[in-house]
Amino acid sequence: MNTVIIKYNAGNIQSVLFALERIGATATVTDDPEAIRRADKLIFPGVGEASTAMNYLKERKLDRLIREATQPLLGICLGMQLLCAHSEENDTPCLGIFDVAVKKFISPDLKIPQMGWNRIHTKDSPLFKNVPADAWCYFVHSYYAELNPATIATTSYATEFSSGIHRDNFYGVQFHPEKSAEAGEQILRNFLEL
Amino acid sequence: MLSKRIIPCLDIKDGRTVKGTNFVQLRDAGDPVELAMRYCTEGADELVFLDITATVDKRKTLADLVRNIATHINIPFTVGGGINTVDDVSVLMEHGADKISVNTSAVRNPQLVSDLARNFGSQCVVVAIDIKLFNGVWKVVTHGGRNATDRIAAEWAKTVADLGAGEILLTSMENDGTKNGFAIDITRQISEALSIPVIASGGAGTMPHFKEVFEEGAADAALAASIFHFGEIGIGALKNYLKENNIPVRL
Repeated sequence: MNTVIIKYNAGNIQSVLFALERIGATATVTDDPEAIRRADKLIFPGVGEASTAMNYLKERKLDRLIREATQPLLGICLGMQLLCAHSEENDTPCLGIFDVAVKKFISPDLKIPQMGWNRIHTKDSPLFKNVPADAWCYFVHSYYAELNPATIATTSYATEFSSGIHRDNFYGVQFHPEKSAEAGEQILRNFLEL
Repeated sequence: MLSKRIIPCLDIKDGRTVKGTNFVQLRDAGDPVELAMRYCTEGADELVFLDITATVDKRKTLADLVRNIATHINIPFTVGGGINTVDDVSVLMEHGADKISVNTSAVRNPQLVSDLARNFGSQCVVVAIDIKLFNGVWKVVTHGGRNATDRIAAEWAKTVADLGAGEILLTSMENDGTKNGFAIDITRQISEALSIPVIASGGAGTMPHFKEVFEEGAADAALAASIFHFGEIGIGALKNYLKENNIPVRL
């Protein structure tokens, strides 16, 4: 299988690569359009700021490639947020694959960003096969995707938000499966088996 | 609900853990990866690797070790010790570190904190602050507590948070090694004043000490070394204890 991790100016790409290694998979990190088109699976990771990431994707026409992807694609953290329609982070129009707004956490008494382990309450999805229904996963984020018809996992922090989304070949998770112990590894394995 | 985190810390010298452990099941008590994997199995939420190797030529050993940890460990880990530049951090991130921590170098050059936050994102920048009481005032100390500074602990914590630190690792040198409990008041003061998480460190000796630092100290995470290395407190038992006391933990 030919898995490609889309390379762009956002962090944690190495962590994803090493996580795939741990579960016995291999992947290529590249921004080459042809390699992206030919991939069996695409992983779109990301830690960083939305408008900087979107500008980078547009400059290299990666935005179009991602929108036109037909193979299974997994957006992680910022990667998931960029699949949505719009982010409040610097008022950024995103890829619009999911018609969902990304908003900033507002809470007088909770720390922002949410950093650490929280539970995901999952719906029936191949992405969550053999994953406990209320598994603990590792989160680091200040913005969240609202609940919507594509929500496949929810998490509570300041509000109830989408920690997983799915439509057609597109999947997104707000947490970091590459850092979420056994549950995260199972989710990555499930994605590679789609 | 976000859980409170339990973080074992491993001191590394020349690619090996120092201080040793008394885990009988370990093949090699000095192997950081083996010890780290043991902690993962027990339920550690994150790991901190503190490199106390002084020499520059040993940095490659550290990078190799980080790579080795990253290919075996499925939870977040922080690497600290001797980080002075953006390039130092680039090497560690490329080898798979999730976060890095800076301490003395940030006090010497606060700009480093904002440079790191801009280059790698706040989420991976942990600023370690060592503190000591001087005439009833908590002040920052550096070089492992040997050098005093004029910086007030709470003010420095606010400064690094404003510069872009993602987390603060607060170690009380008054409490470190005493096993008499964490420095509750200053931990609470700093944690409540900031919107970024505070990891409490120094003084853990019993399970109630952890309960106290989460409930009274408002800590987001607690770090300890020797009590875990020497098996005085098992991480699984500690988390069960905290859960029984209604503190949210990942089990």
